[in-house]
Amino acid sequence: MIQILSIFRREFSGYFSTPIAYVFIVIFLFLNCIFTFFLGDIYARGQADLEPFFTWHPWLYLFLVPALAMRLWSEERRVGTVELLMTLPVTVWQAVLGKYLAAWAFTGIALMLTFPVWITVNYLGDPDNGVVIAAYIGSFLMAGAYLAIGACISALTKNQVIAFVVAVVVCFLFTITGLPMVTNLFSSWAPQAVIETISSLSFVTNFQNISRGVIDARNLVYFASLIVFWLFVNTLVVGNRDGA
Amino acid sequence: MTALIEVGSVSKQFGSIRAVDSVSFTVNRGEVLGFLGPNGAGKSTTMRIITGFLTPTSGSASVCGYDLAEEGIAARARLGYLPEGSPLYGEMTALEFLRFTASVRGLSTSKVAERIKWVVGQLGLGPVLAQPIETLSKGFKRRVGLAQSVLHDPDVLILDEPTDGLDPNQKHEVRGLIRTMSAHKAIIISTHLLEEVDAVCTRAMVINHGKVIVDCTPDELASMSRYRNAVTVCASTSSGGDLRVTLEGLAGVSSVEHVPKATVSNRFIAFPKDGKSIVGEVTRHLQEKGWEIEELEVDGGRLDEVFRDLTTTGSAKKPLH
Repeated sequence: MIQILSIFRREFSGYFSTPIAYVFIVIFLFLNCIFTFFLGDIYARGQADLEPFFTWHPWLYLFLVPALAMRLWSEERRVGTVELLMTLPVTVWQAVLGKYLAAWAFTGIALMLTFPVWITVNYLGDPDNGVVIAAYIGSFLMAGAYLAIGACISALTKNQVIAFVVAVVVCFLFTITGLPMVTNLFSSWAPQAVIETISSLSFVTNFQNISRGVIDARNLVYFASLIVFWLFVNTLVVGNRDGA
Repeated sequence: MTALIEVGSVSKQFGSIRAVDSVSFTVNRGEVLGFLGPNGAGKSTTMRIITGFLTPTSGSASVCGYDLAEEGIAARARLGYLPEGSPLYGEMTALEFLRFTASVRGLSTSKVAERIKWVVGQLGLGPVLAQPIETLSKGFKRRVGLAQSVLHDPDVLILDEPTDGLDPNQKHEVRGLIRTMSAHKAIIISTHLLEEVDAVCTRAMVINHGKVIVDCTPDELASMSRYRNAVTVCASTSSGGDLRVTLEGLAGVSSVEHVPKATVSNRFIAFPKDGKSIVGEVTRHLQEKGWEIEELEVDGGRLDEVFRDLTTTGSAKKPLH
């Protein structure tokens, strides 16, 4: 436990001792504002809710989270510090978990800093704050899932650019599977059960369910199992160092 | 003596390359084992297997009785490791970095302060503790890496080229530190510097193409040199006679070579037969001739020559093991 905590602290403070933290947070907040107030046109809707704000989160995470995750392991491999880290008395999963949790906590902070949007809506109207909290939880879980994919892929390469691009592509697949453009491809010939299965694998579908205020166990299990699966693969990749 | 490091017929295959080929040895407490060998000989790979970073294709390694494959955590808790090139987290300060490794190793707060004070004193890190590691010179980076490896006072130390990039004074200090610690630890260092073997190692192991070619004391290694006990002599032969002919005539001398210097030309090196000492015989004869000896030097043996012989021809002249 002390090992996970030590690795977590090192990784987490690493964000703030480099410009990464500040650049990431500023851009995340800036893009959120653009999407919510201009593309989402939150005022014109005349409804006191945060839907235009949360709708864009999958698309924001699609690019920003892989950018955050790409250095998690590939930087360690490039500099060689992975050799230092993995010859300390820590297990692979402790290292994987410590680093992952640090990055996830960091996205959590970025997400929390969007609170002015929530205050604005409360000031202008009377939103259902239960739904807002559910949506925040859903958004945080979804960020965790994107991050687990990014962390795992970053362990596969020393090159951060490759880690980023591949992670974006994989995340993109998980994002679009529930959208009509994908389901329409199958709707003409595949049975309904197959379409529903494909659609249920989508980040967007699962996130939308939670962000409507319905915290369904299925959606939680979906994100949790996705995170566990990718972190498990991550430990396998980090554990096999013959190519390092 | 107890064996703190045990390596049992370890092999490591990378694709079609056999980086380490059934290497076996043990290192006891109080021993400093020097790994010698050309680049790519398998020194670093062997070290990575002992530290648990790489899993051997076959064979096993253990540290303090803990098998790396079975009880890796217990084994790694008892060893300190300086990886090749001393990789470090550049954005951390030296102090933050040392605190990080100490906390991962579970050292208590009071112990951490005491140990950090000790390593900082030993390695002269005081002036740079608050600086980000990426701004440090190569020498300081190496010393931060060393500090991390000895911070928890481990029984086993694995140091991959510990003095690489240090200036002569720093090399001297690091070697002094290794010698000080060597009495109650088992230490393996790898090096290209043959003088380092003489300076700190109690045992030398030459590795080439993944195989151990020689495992002996540095003195035994030096004794494989044809320069062992060779005598370099420069004498004024004003009373007449030829130095070279005289040396060649001695019973113990096998051959003589001319080794002129910029200022003196009458300077020769006499190689002994079978590495036996000939300095007594040489001086006696020169004195009998009444020649004044201006320079007389007995060679202990040249490690670089032995090293070249062993690693380029691929076979030792006088293999000990």
